[in-house]
Amino acid sequence: MLPVAAVLALAVVPLGDRAPVDLDVGVVWFNAMEVVAWFVVWVAGWGPNAATSVAGGYRVLPLGLAYEIPHMLAIITPAIAAGSLSPGAIAAAQHDLWYAVWMPAAFLLYLLSVAAMAFWGPFAAPLGRDLAGGAAAEHAGLDRLLLLAGRWMLLTAAAAMAVPLFLGGGAPPPITGPDPLPGLPALWFAVKLVVVLGLLLVLRRAVPMLRMARFATLAWVVLVPLAVAQALVVTLVVLA
Amino acid sequence: MIALVSALGAVAVVTGLLVFTADSMARATFLLLGSFVAVAVVLIGFGLGYLGTVVILMMTIEMMIMVVFMVMLMMNPAGLMPMTMVHNRRGSWAIALVVFGLLTAGVWLVPFPVRAGAATGGVTSGPAAGPDATVALGDALMGGQMLTMMTLGLALLATIVGTVAVAVSRREGRAERRGIS
Repeated sequence: MLPVAAVLALAVVPLGDRAPVDLDVGVVWFNAMEVVAWFVVWVAGWGPNAATSVAGGYRVLPLGLAYEIPHMLAIITPAIAAGSLSPGAIAAAQHDLWYAVWMPAAFLLYLLSVAAMAFWGPFAAPLGRDLAGGAAAEHAGLDRLLLLAGRWMLLTAAAAMAVPLFLGGGAPPPITGPDPLPGLPALWFAVKLVVVLGLLLVLRRAVPMLRMARFATLAWVVLVPLAVAQALVVTLVVLA
Repeated sequence: MIALVSALGAVAVVTGLLVFTADSMARATFLLLGSFVAVAVVLIGFGLGYLGTVVILMMTIEMMIMVVFMVMLMMNPAGLMPMTMVHNRRGSWAIALVVFGLLTAGVWLVPFPVRAGAATGGVTSGPAAGPDATVALGDALMGGQMLTMMTLGLALLATIVGTVAVAVSRREGRAERRGIS
């Protein structure tokens, strides 16, 4: 189920200049598919009828409740600036200035929530080693392959969404002058995706695995007000 | 289209019924989610893409928040032991039947507007009548009461924040920050 959710989420991301399925509410659809991951991890933990695994499944709830509000605010901030919920239109609205430059807090919050939604890196507590593998502890064979492959797919799909939302989609960087690779939006997209994934790998290297209660406090006390402030600034600039 | 909507409606009703025959909170939660998602797909089929997508999003999160309540309130929070999902059978039957009767009567008694093409005996299935069905529905539902709704929303949010602030004791918060608990 996790790979299915990742593919459905990726379907609305413009790879290059247009999306496989160009929904006008693509951002909301992406958000809906990505919360399916909460459900999947919890079911994976509950299903085997075992104590450590259900405890791992429960850890996804504080994680989800902590990252989701900053995440939602971070993805609607570019949508407010572009005046559209379609990822293609949001990418097209950034031809002179990338939203990663204009709204850095939203971009950083989005990167953080990408790792959190894929319960990966610092947010891997639901599958933590302290629970002997947590939600994935009892799964073997094909089930385990699907769960872990789905996690990587979700991480990549969410990182891919950062490109149209914050990095100008398939357009070349505005600083280079004339486009050195004309007519290849998919290539620019791939380059930017690799950069985003690289940033995520740095995050995993730099930050140890967080305890969920700690992260929930951080999210609600620091990240949510930060995300609200960012959305407010962008809204005021757009309205002005 | 009609076949698809009927099939999804049947899925929604059957999974909705199964909620009450399941023997654990966890199973009831999955079935309820299945029911809601079927309704959401019906909404998308009606051309209300935004509403349908939001229903999927909200209901998935809501079912997960149900799990939080399960942990807080149930004697068997893991949902690993079988238990019955119903109580007060007679009262529930009575309430359910009355509500079902009222809603069904409403469906048949409300004078639905006729689409322009259908009135002249022309095409009945075609593109959406209005320019944007979501806007039309929102206007029909909330048009006059928008200010009330916004005020209510803010009041609810303030209540939630206030309740949490009152419920979390100071000592617990400090222990948490020191990393004791």
